[in-house]
Amino acid sequence: MAVDQQERDSYTGYLTTGHEWNGIKELNTPVPRAVYFFLALSVLFSVVYWILMPAWPLGVTYTKGLLGVDQRTTVAATLNEAAIDRSVWTRRIETEGFAAIQSDPKLMEIVRNAGRTLFGDNCAACHGHDAKGGPAYPNLTTSSWLWGGKPEDIFNTIRVGINSAHKDTRVSQMPAFGRDQMLPRADVMKVASFVYSLTHPDATTIDPKVDPKIDPKTIEAGKEIFAANCVSCHGDDAKGNPELGAPDLTDKSWIYGGSLEAIDTSIWGGRQGQMPSWEGRLSELDRKILTLYLLDKRTVTP
Amino acid sequence: MLLGVVGRDDPIGIHGALIFAAGILTIFLIGKDYYAPEPSDERFASYYDDPTKAGIVLAMIWVVFGLAVGDWVAWQLVNPNLTFGGGWSSFGRIRPVHTTAVIFGFGGNGLIATSLYVLQRTSRARLPDQLSPWFVLLGYNLFCVLAVTGYPMGITQSKEYAETEWYADIWLVVVWVVYFLIYLRTLARRKEPHIYVANWYFMAFILVVAMLHIVNNLAVPVSIGHAKSYTLFSGVQDAMIQWWYGHNAVAFFLTAGFLGMMYYFLPVRAGRPIFSYRMSIISFWGITFLYMWAGSHHLHFTALPHWVQTLGMTFSLMLLVPSWASAGNALLTLNGAWAKVRDDATLRFMMVAAVFYGLTTFEGSFMAIRAVNALSHYTDWTVGHVHAGALGWVAMITFGSIYAVVPWVWKRKSMYSAGLVEAHFWLSIAGALVYVFAMWNSGIIQGLMWRTYSEDGTLTYSFVDSLIAMHPYYVARAIGGLLFLIGGCIGAYNIWMTIKLPNPISEATADQPEPKAIGASPQPAE
Repeated sequence: MAVDQQERDSYTGYLTTGHEWNGIKELNTPVPRAVYFFLALSVLFSVVYWILMPAWPLGVTYTKGLLGVDQRTTVAATLNEAAIDRSVWTRRIETEGFAAIQSDPKLMEIVRNAGRTLFGDNCAACHGHDAKGGPAYPNLTTSSWLWGGKPEDIFNTIRVGINSAHKDTRVSQMPAFGRDQMLPRADVMKVASFVYSLTHPDATTIDPKVDPKIDPKTIEAGKEIFAANCVSCHGDDAKGNPELGAPDLTDKSWIYGGSLEAIDTSIWGGRQGQMPSWEGRLSELDRKILTLYLLDKRTVTP
Repeated sequence: MLLGVVGRDDPIGIHGALIFAAGILTIFLIGKDYYAPEPSDERFASYYDDPTKAGIVLAMIWVVFGLAVGDWVAWQLVNPNLTFGGGWSSFGRIRPVHTTAVIFGFGGNGLIATSLYVLQRTSRARLPDQLSPWFVLLGYNLFCVLAVTGYPMGITQSKEYAETEWYADIWLVVVWVVYFLIYLRTLARRKEPHIYVANWYFMAFILVVAMLHIVNNLAVPVSIGHAKSYTLFSGVQDAMIQWWYGHNAVAFFLTAGFLGMMYYFLPVRAGRPIFSYRMSIISFWGITFLYMWAGSHHLHFTALPHWVQTLGMTFSLMLLVPSWASAGNALLTLNGAWAKVRDDATLRFMMVAAVFYGLTTFEGSFMAIRAVNALSHYTDWTVGHVHAGALGWVAMITFGSIYAVVPWVWKRKSMYSAGLVEAHFWLSIAGALVYVFAMWNSGIIQGLMWRTYSEDGTLTYSFVDSLIAMHPYYVARAIGGLLFLIGGCIGAYNIWMTIKLPNPISEATADQPEPKAIGASPQPAE
């Protein structure tokens, strides 16, 4: 065995180390100077960096660095600076009334931009990026508001949420009239027919092949049951009550669907929607921007 | 190999049954040979390559499976409905199946198979016994199966790349210690005066992975009959331990182990001596020492104290030099053999791997700089970086090494089809490039969108806006992954056909611990 026999490689001209493993040999080429140079450079950079920045632990403390930089103070300063830059318009939004802000096109331009990202990052997951909602999530671009559509109402709903953990939360519940046996099965269907007829006046006359044709007598019976069970929340005229979060049943807005079947399901099983409280998560300014953004959306969209 | 953890209520019960079945099967396999005659000493005259063969086959099965799951996950990001509604198939459960299958299933089996091969050749000693290599290989695969079957059932301790729960972790420790002992026992019986570089790297890989695995998985099980456990650390300490583990898993599993592979198969295939022994030394100690400190660069701008971040960043920067020295050593070894690189797709796999290794380590050090990290962190850039390393470096060096070693261990003249190796090469490089470019674009766009403010100091884009902007890149990424998957399937087919080739060539006289003819091994090129 040729152990420790150095050879000269004909291609590079360097000697081998003399070892061989299963045919592999190694050249004894000196390490290129560039390697040492860059190694020294990177170490030098690191040492300088250590001197300038917080770097090495010393028991219970650490070397603070000559520049006195700390990420916590840096980020606090940056946030403060940003707040000062924004204060030109944030102070106005914070202090002025809704109507005053809405009449200032320049301020509303900012609200539209800031509101869009705020809404996209916080509200769109449920209400959709166009705020038009979806099954079980209200459309926020219509004039139909469960808890009132005045600026103060919207602002407060965002603050406390609905059926949320907030102490001032808005609370509402539609009882499960069918499941909890408050009404017999047949009566639920009758009320549903009546409610359906409020938004479908032609329900009794329409071609049965297209839509369920409903007997006027069923609607009449449903109206009586409605008067006995539902008016306390939804009102005598079924137009709802924003104090209680009871929806208007005569308009075209339906959170859980306006078909006869969907209405029947809601009456049978009840409803108790939830919206989180945003007081702990968004600043008052952000919540005010969102309120203005939604008010604006409502006026812009037909 | 018998862990009778049976009769548990809980998902752990399914795993208990799985382990029990594996144990029974093993008893029969060993028992079958109980009355076989004592093996003669003649066996010491040849290397023991059966575990290597099995490891290669297993690695190819894992890679096809892992890449397929990976591409499925990629398409889920394009269209979330592709979970088909199952809880088990949601992104959060399938993604660790992908990472575990490719890193541990494919990478791990490739490492075990090639390391046992290389260890014997470079020590000129047969493995110390017949049983322990099988225990390591099959035990390790049992661990991988426990992992990928557990995640869809929701068994996870939620540590990235260390998701397996306590019982699988303990099992892996046992397997790993035996693996290390095989290494030590074989090296102790070596007939070469020196230990070859590849074995330094393999040893570092085994030793450090054991250390990382044990510390990061220190946890208290809810009960002995329950899969859930709670980690010993909390808060930022837990995060730091996790990323000390996570980054060194990259360093010692995905780098050191595969450098060991490269240091054997690249010079042998090229027929050239290693460019510089001295550079090997600098690289090895540089990499092993500096990598240990780098993990905290995963936690820039977090609750981790600033000084720890400083150390993570500076050590990551210093690490670049030994990393490039390794890549340079590999590429300079090819001097005098570039004609072979042009003609031989197997060697080209290894060459491209070394190039990707250099690019990825540069990118990694760059991304560890705080200012760069502020842009790149949490974006797809990180995903692209990881895949440049995983597809470009790890997978390419493994495919190259496997294509080299398959004809050797199965005693075939060459692979079944050189054309298919060529096809696999081009599919792999196309897939990797498409993937990486897509993620660079998407990552940088994402990072910029998240930090763009309007003149009024409000965010210009919402998060969903950035998702919409990502969509075309996600499609491109999934296509890149698909190309890579097709390549992997072709590779598996080619290897299978090679194994089935008739007429093995007669025992190569040189491929024995005591070669009869000196220097009959592959000759360096002119």
